[in-house]
Amino acid sequence: MEYNAYDEQRRSSVYFVYPGEAFAFFIFDLKGTDTMRLEGQVRIPSGCAIAAVISKEGKKMSGEGITNAMRPMHDRSNGLGGGFAGYGIYPEYKDFYALHLFYDERSTRKNCEVFLKERFEIVKSEIIPTRKIPAITGEPIIWRYFVAPLQSVLASQQLDEKEFVARTVMKINTEMPGAYVFSSGKNMGTFKAVGFPEDVGVFYKLEEYEGYSWTAHGRYPTNTPGWWGGAHPFTLLDYSIVHNGEISSYDANRRFIEMFGYKCTLQTDTEVITYIMDYLLRRQGLTLEEAASVIAAPFWSTIAGKAPADQERLTYLRTVFPSLLVTGPFSIVLGFDGGLMALNDRLKLRSMVVGEKDDKVFIASEEAAIRTMEPNAEKIWAPAGGEPVIVNVKEGAF
Amino acid sequence: MLLDAQSMDQSMLNQAIRQNGSDVHIINCLGQRFIAAGMSDKTITIDGIPGNALGAYLNGAVITVRANAQDAVGDTMNDGKIIIHGNIGDAAGYAMRGGRIFIKDSAGYRAGIHMKAYQDKVPAMVIGGTAGSFLGEYQAGGVIVVLGLDSGSRRIVGNFPCTGMHGGKMFLRGDHRDISFPSQVTARAASQEDMAQIQPLVVEYCQLFGRDPAQVLDAPFTMVTPDSKNPYKQMYVAN
Repeated sequence: MEYNAYDEQRRSSVYFVYPGEAFAFFIFDLKGTDTMRLEGQVRIPSGCAIAAVISKEGKKMSGEGITNAMRPMHDRSNGLGGGFAGYGIYPEYKDFYALHLFYDERSTRKNCEVFLKERFEIVKSEIIPTRKIPAITGEPIIWRYFVAPLQSVLASQQLDEKEFVARTVMKINTEMPGAYVFSSGKNMGTFKAVGFPEDVGVFYKLEEYEGYSWTAHGRYPTNTPGWWGGAHPFTLLDYSIVHNGEISSYDANRRFIEMFGYKCTLQTDTEVITYIMDYLLRRQGLTLEEAASVIAAPFWSTIAGKAPADQERLTYLRTVFPSLLVTGPFSIVLGFDGGLMALNDRLKLRSMVVGEKDDKVFIASEEAAIRTMEPNAEKIWAPAGGEPVIVNVKEGAF
Repeated sequence: MLLDAQSMDQSMLNQAIRQNGSDVHIINCLGQRFIAAGMSDKTITIDGIPGNALGAYLNGAVITVRANAQDAVGDTMNDGKIIIHGNIGDAAGYAMRGGRIFIKDSAGYRAGIHMKAYQDKVPAMVIGGTAGSFLGEYQAGGVIVVLGLDSGSRRIVGNFPCTGMHGGKMFLRGDHRDISFPSQVTARAASQEDMAQIQPLVVEYCQLFGRDPAQVLDAPFTMVTPDSKNPYKQMYVAN
């Protein structure tokens, strides 16, 4: 719900609002003066769709299945954003960070590449292949780099590799107008755009990628006009988040997380969840279950009914990280190296179902999406609010 | 009449249902929303997964789903019957004001939210398995029955049942002293007289899904009702 004037200073937009219609159209434009409408001037009702699939055996699947899974959920999106994250898709470059960037123009790319070369060894630099289709228009320049941080720079900054990469992403996204890093993990990649998700999958030729897990999102933006960078998944390093919902704790969460070097640049609630997960998992070293108990902490009355050991653990987590409690509706899928975690808000204000078949686990906003991926899926169930579903690929298989 | 829903969107499918007689069998259903919305005088059988808001505003039609159903089944339904041979998603029977919903297995969160009743319009929902949290949230009328069949050691309802309940009745099979209810409702053992009201519902459930009614009814039932007509008199302002 929150709107940050500071973001206005670095990005502008041009879009048309049809009077009386719940519809806004946004053109990618990172330059120029401020024209973005304030909250309240644009009404965009709520929706969204998520889906995910993972092979516990680490078997590879093309991106076609997850793209098709979004088709029966078409009406949950409004064409203002769709995206995918694939894990295990870059085996030939698995030791390098895969940076995916949007650029507004060639000169921005040239400048950014100069900056990247000061920090990284770039082993490959290429345009991300796309397909021209009528459903997807106004695309920015979309580029990817496979990089390794320069040891000399790491040594001089006294940072570990991941922290260095994370800080570099933040630096580009906050200080380099016209450039936006939307994927920065190893052996994984995010693909997103303004459009319906099933079209975005076709646009990025996802059938040509093979991954052991995929997540997907169809967007129905509630707080901001849809822009390529604002489509889901939101990622940092290998963490990616797809989110259906609209959190009401965004600003409280943002104020806390920005104390630790994260910068929320897009005013969209999902971005802050990604940074919270990076903070809790990578920097604080919490387990996935613990992180779930922080962001979807049970009510005190529910904690009071638990066994003493659980009471103690849950009370500790709520007390240490009160500002990271995420309130309001959400169903999310967190992707990470070697696994997925699905989680609903504690009141379960959004739908989410899980199904299985052989080595595969499926997660989606609707069972219809699971049936598209696997008509014979078994054990269809709906996790309770705040109950994480964690699926790991077996050791050594990814 | 057999309708293959494979290449139909929701409006095509509903149009086909309207145009194809009183008895319709839909196959290859996959996520189409609002199926049979507002319809009466139809008997509809569905193979596949119907989308959200199945039977919204239903006005007398009978729908049988031979699989699971998604969210918001029977939203504001007025009359008719919906039979689900599996689980049902969240917010089943949202604000329903008449008719019946039978669910073979379990219901998601907020089943029966804001069910209501008026004179002879008394909606009913029977859940064979378990129900998620906030069962009967803001229930204002009607009858919700949870049987908890094959639920093992699991509690048959989630957290916060009957939150904001101010009318109607809820029946839970078993003796549920471990469930905490809000202070504005009373949970007590159902009397013979109370049971007379739900016996036909349980018998119909058993006929639909092949259970022995004598066995299902041979258990204590807990009945939950709001304490008075206006149990929230002082919650916000005097009213």
